[in-house]
Amino acid sequence: MNEKTMLEEDLREQEVDQAECIFCNENIVYEKPDTLLDTPMHYCPGCGHGVAHRLIAEVISELGIQENTIGVAPVGCAVFAYNYLNIDMQEAAHGRASAVATGIKRVMPEKYVFSYQGDGDLAAIGTAETIHTCNRGENILIVFINNAIYGMTGGQMAPTTLPGMKTTTSPFGRDVLTMGNPLKITEIVATLPGVYYCTRTAVNTPANVRRAKKAILKSFEYQKLNKGLCFVEIVSDCPSNWKMNPVQANKWLEENMLPYYPLGDLKVPNEKEN
Amino acid sequence: MKESRLMKGNEALAEAVIRSGCDAYFGYPITPQSEILEYLSLEAHKRTGMVVLQAESEVASINMVYGAAGTGKRAMTSSSSPGISLMQEGISYIACAELPCLLVNVVRGGPGLGTIQPSQGDYFQAVKGGGHGDYRMIVLAPSNVQEMVDFVRLGFDLAFKWRNPVMILADGALGQMMEKVELFEQMQRKTNIEPWATVGKPKDRERNIITSLHIKPDKMEEINLHLQAKYKEIEKEETRFATIDCDDAEVILTAYGLVARICQKAAQLARAKGIKVGVFRPKTLFPFPYDAINKLAAKENIKGFLDVEMNAGQMVEDVRLAVNGQKKVEFHGRMGGIVPSPEEILAKIEEKFVGELV
Ligand code: SF4
Repeated sequence: MNEKTMLEEDLREQEVDQAECIFCNENIVYEKPDTLLDTPMHYCPGCGHGVAHRLIAEVISELGIQENTIGVAPVGCAVFAYNYLNIDMQEAAHGRASAVATGIKRVMPEKYVFSYQGDGDLAAIGTAETIHTCNRGENILIVFINNAIYGMTGGQMAPTTLPGMKTTTSPFGRDVLTMGNPLKITEIVATLPGVYYCTRTAVNTPANVRRAKKAILKSFEYQKLNKGLCFVEIVSDCPSNWKMNPVQANKWLEENMLPYYPLGDLKVPNEKEN
Repeated sequence: MKESRLMKGNEALAEAVIRSGCDAYFGYPITPQSEILEYLSLEAHKRTGMVVLQAESEVASINMVYGAAGTGKRAMTSSSSPGISLMQEGISYIACAELPCLLVNVVRGGPGLGTIQPSQGDYFQAVKGGGHGDYRMIVLAPSNVQEMVDFVRLGFDLAFKWRNPVMILADGALGQMMEKVELFEQMQRKTNIEPWATVGKPKDRERNIITSLHIKPDKMEEINLHLQAKYKEIEKEETRFATIDCDDAEVILTAYGLVARICQKAAQLARAKGIKVGVFRPKTLFPFPYDAINKLAAKENIKGFLDVEMNAGQMVEDVRLAVNGQKKVEFHGRMGGIVPSPEEILAKIEEKFVGELV
């Protein structure tokens, strides 16, 4: 061990001491929910999935419904969600999460069931399942992660890719004349009578993260009351495939995604009926 | 209480579904099996509380079955050929995730939209895979309305015994014909919780995960080997078949389902003419009774086999594998929804074998 490394060692020990003093009980303002496992997440730095997972875990822990909740994660970057959430889960085929969730909920109506789907899954290959699950008013929560791109397969155009946005399959930018416009599926499902609550949130700022959590919390509470389908879109970033660093991605999301996908409630329960 | 009734094949099957204590049926209308969905829609919920849901497509149906089966309940769907084609991806997932469920294919003629008339054109699809990857379904082939009833209960039993999808491979004629059937007594809906099922994680057990995703090659191969070992066990334990007048026979007709009954009639006609014909009928198409046919082929009195199917020759490949060159194997098939008559089968026997029989 030379002097330099000894010095470094010393400094590290000091840091640990300081850290221990910072992490004392009276300073703790946030704890990892017990529904979130310690498995290191495979998501890229700055990816919205990690935050969204944590929000779901927090809500499940806070409501104390871990024993009664079943999640469904289909093909997509979040197909491994079951590695991070300490609840019973089913992996689903691409696009079919809401059908799988329907199957679970129908035979166990007293349980909480949610699906966690990306844009390609929910709004392209699984559009029929999405629309009909919403239309039947299944008593489940659909969490819809919209990052305007296919993450898992490496950055291809998604149904929600913005006009002019470059992806590996729209290398010159999405040309709406030949590739169609981005699909606002959340606006579509909001028109269906079976949908009880429909909202669009984001995880790009602490304030938006808090709103997203509230939306998830409300959805589970509505599910308990058998109110019908709750649909929570989370506008999220995919820095890797947007080819940006996390800070740029958040800025890009704010400036480009949110104008096209404005945040806010698309359908709220008629409070008088409640 | 056991009960006898005159019933149409599809309706008898649906009645057996209710009596088997099935928890959930998900389906989509398609001829010639829509009566199953209709019968269940009318009867099932009020009698046992089971879930009956008309899905938006066969793709949705099979994935609903996946979800419900993943909770350890008795779940099923039924369809006919083009609809079953749409389900193949889901069936492959179900097989890999080892979910017990019952699938019914009331086969019609293809390829494509084809005809709504009966066919056995889906043998390969049902028995050899259909969907992607190395997997097997247990395939039961009823040959009368009674078996449309009995195989429902057997199907669920086998599905749970092996944690494997089971398919009843019927055909349009079996679905539509009326026969007297004896119905088994109403069984209880399931109350026990399977240890692997996703029903919500109690504090004292690890979380349960239903998945068919195993990214790491060594893990995937481990799953593959486990599945193949299971299929070997199924072959050992679950092979079922029937033989009719095979002991003294010179010619064996091999056939499954409805065609096996027509072959019985053809065998009677042949015997009336002094030709000793027997019938070998596999009841399970997977596992296929290779050994039994192989042993039969070794018998001296047997000159050869005539395989009869309502297709261009599918099961005949397995019959040839089983016979393994010991005797000759001829084939007679009709397609397009045409059911072969006993007379034409007899004519084929005479054409292919009579010169050689002494
Ligand atoms: S590819 Fe995109 S969506 Fe997938 S983990 Fe990385 S950042 Fe997240």
